Amino acid sequence: MNFRVEHDLHKRRFRRNLGLGLVLASFVVLLFGLTMVKVTTDDFTMQPTSEARD
Amino acid sequence: MSDASLNTVTSQTGEADFGDYFALLKPRVMTLVVFTALVGLLAAPVGVHPVVGFAAILFIAVGGGASGALNMWWDADIDRVMKRTRSRPIPAGRISADEAFAFGIALAGFAVVMLALATNLVAAALLAFTIFFYVVIYSMWLKRWTPQNIVIGGAAGAFPPMIGWAAATGSVSVESVLMFALIFMWTPPHFWALALFMRSDYENAGVPMLTVTHGRRVTRVHILVYTILLAALAVGTGFTAVGGPLYLAVALVLNALFLIGALRIWRRDEDAAEADGYAVEKRFFRLSLYYLFLHFGAIALEAALVPYGLGGW
Repeated sequence: MNFRVEHDLHKRRFRRNLGLGLVLASFVVLLFGLTMVKVTTDDFTMQPTSEARD
Repeated sequence: MSDASLNTVTSQTGEADFGDYFALLKPRVMTLVVFTALVGLLAAPVGVHPVVGFAAILFIAVGGGASGALNMWWDADIDRVMKRTRSRPIPAGRISADEAFAFGIALAGFAVVMLALATNLVAAALLAFTIFFYVVIYSMWLKRWTPQNIVIGGAAGAFPPMIGWAAATGSVSVESVLMFALIFMWTPPHFWALALFMRSDYENAGVPMLTVTHGRRVTRVHILVYTILLAALAVGTGFTAVGGPLYLAVALVLNALFLIGALRIWRRDEDAAEADGYAVEKRFFRLSLYYLFLHFGAIALEAALVPYGLGGW
């Protein structure tokens, strides 16, 4: 007898967690892409640090 | 897993799937938001980096989805009554109303902040106003109060091209207002045609659609009047910076067909409509979907042809 019966509820919970995981991973990739685009555009300037100002 | 623990788990209800949360975002409405926002972005005279453009469209879509979730939270009571909406996640019991509210508010805040960071404050402010307009002005206030709910509430669905344009340019201009006006004027005939053949649904839910409060004859007249105004606006847009020969040709054909459809609806009485199962009204509704898609498709095509010296005037 199989004691590890996978109820439909567990399947749904897994799909939900998997979906959320993929969404979060995609968001990380998107943020990385956005950051790269922002820092490589011509008009991007870093705020001078206090040491550099001195 | 023991039988006891299995029974405990089984007694819990409302375990939502990932798809249920996605359904809260009204994906079909979202496709219209994505498409029109993309056209607004493409038609803008300022180019944006593809990654920034993609992010902008995504956050506009998420913002639109968030307002959809908040609308489902507020309208859960009438969604339970209407045949068309009975299987949505909240009335079906898969997601609680409180959960949908939290989900909608969190996504709305996320989308507005991210759009501001990815593009500019004007686009983010427009998105925030769109969400506010759809949820508070339309869903909470107008929808259950006035038969003009669709007319004024339609503005919420008309903002996306304006937001797309603002994401690229950082401002609002005549062209983006014209794209807004095109969807704004298209919404009433589109929804009233739907209401003509879905009347009992709205009646049961107590939503004061024009068909319920003023009858079908008045609704037919309204469809014709709005279609005439829409046709003038749509063809007139062809002579502006977002238009061009291609757009004008598309607009002339589509508006002629749309006007013929509206005239047919206006000339019919209820006996004739019921006799053929509202065939003319259903055809007009289907045409209205192509109408918007092709108008905005033509605007996008005009913009895409500009680098080759072909698009626009």
